[in-house]
Amino acid sequence: MKRSTLFPYLIWMVLFIVVPMFLVLYYAFTVPTESGATWSLENFARFFEPIYLKVLWRSLRLALFSTVICLIIGYPAAMVMAGNAFERKSVVLLLFVVPMWMNFLLRTYAWLTILERNGVINVLLANLNLPSLNILYTEGAVVLGMVYNFLPFMVLPIYSVLSKIDRGVVEAAGDLGANSLQVFAKVIFPLSLPGVVSGVTMVFMPALTTFVISRLLGGGQFTLIGNLIEQQFLVVGDWGFGSSISVVMIVLILLSMAIMSFFEGEEKDVALW
Amino acid sequence: MHEIIVELKSLSKVYDETVALDGIDLYIRKNEFLTLLGPSGCGKTTTLRLIGGFEQPSGGTILFEGRDVTGVPPYKRRVNTVFQRYALFSHLDVFENIAFGLRIKKFSEKVIKEKVGRMLEQVNLAGFESRDVNSLSGGQQQRVAIARALVNEPEVLLLDEPLAALDLKLRKEMQHELKSMQKQLGITFVFVTHDQEEALSMSDTVVVMKDGRIQQIGTPVDIYNEPKNAFVADFIGESNIVDGIMRQDYLVDFAGSSFDCVDFGFAKDEEVEVVIRPEDLVLIPADNARLSGVVSSVNFLGVHYEMIVDADDGTSWLVHSTLMEPVGTRVGLGLEPMDIHIMKKVRP
Repeated sequence: MKRSTLFPYLIWMVLFIVVPMFLVLYYAFTVPTESGATWSLENFARFFEPIYLKVLWRSLRLALFSTVICLIIGYPAAMVMAGNAFERKSVVLLLFVVPMWMNFLLRTYAWLTILERNGVINVLLANLNLPSLNILYTEGAVVLGMVYNFLPFMVLPIYSVLSKIDRGVVEAAGDLGANSLQVFAKVIFPLSLPGVVSGVTMVFMPALTTFVISRLLGGGQFTLIGNLIEQQFLVVGDWGFGSSISVVMIVLILLSMAIMSFFEGEEKDVALW
Repeated sequence: MHEIIVELKSLSKVYDETVALDGIDLYIRKNEFLTLLGPSGCGKTTTLRLIGGFEQPSGGTILFEGRDVTGVPPYKRRVNTVFQRYALFSHLDVFENIAFGLRIKKFSEKVIKEKVGRMLEQVNLAGFESRDVNSLSGGQQQRVAIARALVNEPEVLLLDEPLAALDLKLRKEMQHELKSMQKQLGITFVFVTHDQEEALSMSDTVVVMKDGRIQQIGTPVDIYNEPKNAFVADFIGESNIVDGIMRQDYLVDFAGSSFDCVDFGFAKDEEVEVVIRPEDLVLIPADNARLSGVVSSVNFLGVHYEMIVDADDGTSWLVHSTLMEPVGTRVGLGLEPMDIHIMKKVRP
């Protein structure tokens, strides 16, 4: 591409990515004084207090849990869809994608009416003379919200990689003596790893940083790292602390991406990241 | 003289509504190099896939050393395949690709090392063990694919147009290598190709197929010299095919003249097809030649010239000759009785 055509994108990136990043870094590493601000690591020191570490741990745990569930549900779904015998591919693909056409907030709100005390599930249970369940405002509800919202991001990259695997390779493995289980373990799964890495990354990262799902479905009882950042900026007004948490998150995400790319091996061109 | 290893009995395969294979009978002898030859869609690849077990026949049976293996999955057959586009495992290096089958069969690490090492020598890839298969050239990938199949010591090696993706020079090299490998290892090769030259130069037996049926089975020399019908004649090498009438045994009329020939057993005045190879036509002075015409095109092909001669009766003749006559020259075409091949008319 010519330099001149690159220029608008460059401006865009500087204005909306580089500058905000530096702002975040600035606020994270300074504390306000009467005469302005001084460099300090105070904000970071605060983050390592037990109460905040607990939030971080909870965020990591729930995000990891959701990612694993997405993988367990998503991989077989992607496999069925990529399978040759399956004819209604486009219909199922659409079913996964259609919810994404709806607003994220609306989708999550919809779960409120399903899960709440007098919601769809409990009405059904009452009609069957079963005791009602407390689902809403539990960790389970938060995980459910994450899985529901982020599942397509797991299915689609895995599906895209699986459907590109040459059928000849599968036949070759069979030809060399592998039964269908061995074909999966030794050929299909290793070849689909780039898709798994993409899927895991695309689910884990938003799950780690979400604050809407935990607010709505967790009822504010399960403060996640995203909620903490939001609070610092919008409620407490402590931009320095909010920024320092953001920086910690960025480092964590970069770290996890580095680990992921290690697993990804050589097939980077197939993956989305 | 050789025992039969694979036998196909009225084998057929129907995909949806199309008949890919229309009840073929074929036996393959131990240690022979058999080629399935034909244009695309003739059923040659289907035949190979049925032998390999990748497809189930719609009818008929496949016998392996007399045992019915119809319905036995690929991984239980003592057959290995070299796939058209290699189908190498891109997540494994060269060594692991070749070792794949041995690992499945749970050979010890020591045996695997030994066998793979020997195989790498065999295909001239020693030292490539830890190379990424994606970084190899087409010819090298081809060798890995062959090694990966052969290391399992199959009874029969199936090769599905393995050389189609290689350039001409490499293809010739690989043809020789494959042939000598087959002789040396004493493994039955079943080779699929649409390249008649490849088929003729490598095979012990050539099976010419068309529209899911076998047209002719024979040695390369038989197939070339005694094609059974006009399709085989046309497909194997270039041929001049013209209409003729069999006046009596050993005498045929075509192109406005009568010619002696070596064929007999046709009805009197039966309409036949006359097949003459371009290299069997000799340029002679036009004066008292029985077949003569005007050169209408000349093409230099390296070893010989390819000329088209438009004869006086309206037929056109393809002539291969090391001698050349310029366009517009009047020439005669000489031919020997044994170069005239008479075929029953199949086309209306």
